Amino acid sequence: MLKDQVAIAGIGQTAFGKGLPDTELSLACQAISLALDDAGIAPGTVDGLASFTMEPNREVDVARNVGLGDITFFSQVGYGGGAGCGVVVQAAMAIATGQCQVAVAWRARKRASKASRPWAQVPQRLADHWQWSRPFGLLRPVDEVAMLTRRYMHEFGATRDHLANVALAFRKHANRNPNATMHDKAMTRDDYMAARWISEPLCLFDNCLETDGALAIVLVAAERAPDLAHKPVYVHAGAQGLPRQHQTMINYFNDDPLLGPSWTAASRLWRDADFAPADVKVAQIYDAFSPLIPLSLEGYGFCERGEGAAFTEGGALEWPNGRLPTNTAGGGLSEAYVHGFNLVLEGVRQMRGTSTSQVDGADTCIVTSGEGVPTSALLLRS
Amino acid sequence: MESGMLLPDLDGEDGAGFWAGTARGELLVQACGHCGAWRFPPRPMCPECRSLEIRWERASGQATVWSYVVAHPPLLPAYAELAPYNVIVVALDEDPRIRMVGNLLADPDGPINEIDPTSIRIGEAVRVVFQAVDDVTLPRWVRA
Repeated sequence: MLKDQVAIAGIGQTAFGKGLPDTELSLACQAISLALDDAGIAPGTVDGLASFTMEPNREVDVARNVGLGDITFFSQVGYGGGAGCGVVVQAAMAIATGQCQVAVAWRARKRASKASRPWAQVPQRLADHWQWSRPFGLLRPVDEVAMLTRRYMHEFGATRDHLANVALAFRKHANRNPNATMHDKAMTRDDYMAARWISEPLCLFDNCLETDGALAIVLVAAERAPDLAHKPVYVHAGAQGLPRQHQTMINYFNDDPLLGPSWTAASRLWRDADFAPADVKVAQIYDAFSPLIPLSLEGYGFCERGEGAAFTEGGALEWPNGRLPTNTAGGGLSEAYVHGFNLVLEGVRQMRGTSTSQVDGADTCIVTSGEGVPTSALLLRS
Repeated sequence: MESGMLLPDLDGEDGAGFWAGTARGELLVQACGHCGAWRFPPRPMCPECRSLEIRWERASGQATVWSYVVAHPPLLPAYAELAPYNVIVVALDEDPRIRMVGNLLADPDGPINEIDPTSIRIGEAVRVVFQAVDDVTLPRWVRA
């Protein structure tokens, strides 16, 4: 098993913005270069690469620019926002099994690029699974998640106030993070309730940001930890999850659509862990849309089924006093939306003790990727 | 595509049988030719018995609303013109695990933005109707 065999040695990220002048390749190379410098590791020693299938930059181009060494492991993980933790898991597995020694995992993205928004492309005849939803006007990820959200509200009594709890908590954290897109923008519950609809029951503030930027991490075997520039952050456990009869995004076609991929990933994630959900000090939970937080809280076992919305009450997600401070850099809703890879870096900062909303004594962290698509998750520890 | 709507490929490997059915005014569900299990969306292999044999069975078109959304811009232009409009998921009466995406109409020939969305209820009974959009016939729903 993976348990603590691999450490995250370095992290790097570019500025976040809209319409950044740099190309996606340049952004990726800058983030990787910063992560290598952070780790104190020379580019020529990198022999492993992992990223998303939706990553626009090819391994060959990244390696030729950054001056990486001979690469003996490279892999990509699919399903967009579900991939992030899986990318880290695969890089860690490659190190643990000796397929490489120094791995870089990264994600670079410019939202203006066509490849980033397949749903916004020119209409064409649909022969894949989208033919069963898009002709009827269910066009965007927000529409697809809104459908599950309405059903979730119906089955379990969740309300817009619960979704507001999520959005407001993450905005508060972003207000403390100078790198967050929404650092300077406060938000009240009235602001949330007055926001325009995007796809009822979801409003503007239930939706993640649109962000240009890149992030990278460097992984090495744990026995190298004493040589590292920073306190090592261990990959304690990791998992991917693709439930039986699941359909990505439009998961309406099985017995119980609200039992999403989180449940599958969680069953594998906790099996090898030395700690349980109640022991997790801080969480980074994928939030392309606010309702993914209650769904993920249930799937990963932080509460019982149907109690994810109620879990958000009383400031539970908020630093510093909430019972599970979540998305402490602002998350996809208020820091940046780079397919959730920024959540991995915030998890590392919490384990290093360097978050702008640092949880006292945090030595365990869960990081998750997208609920509603084939997904993945990580447990980090210091 | 005159309408500017996103429409299915009528010759697609998985969907052709379904869309041929809607063109005749029939709501078809793919069934396994071996074990008889219904499945939707259509696909080549039965996940129950792995048979590649398929047949199409006609559903009654009676269903209930499983969930719904009301879409607002930004949307593709052809859809933005109709916004806000509803999109529903229905569960078929014969097997509520068979769910389909559609729209709730006030009138079988009406647009997808006519029903007051605040009147839509999960669990309410609906029946299928068929509407032509360009060369495609889409199954949509009215209150039963």
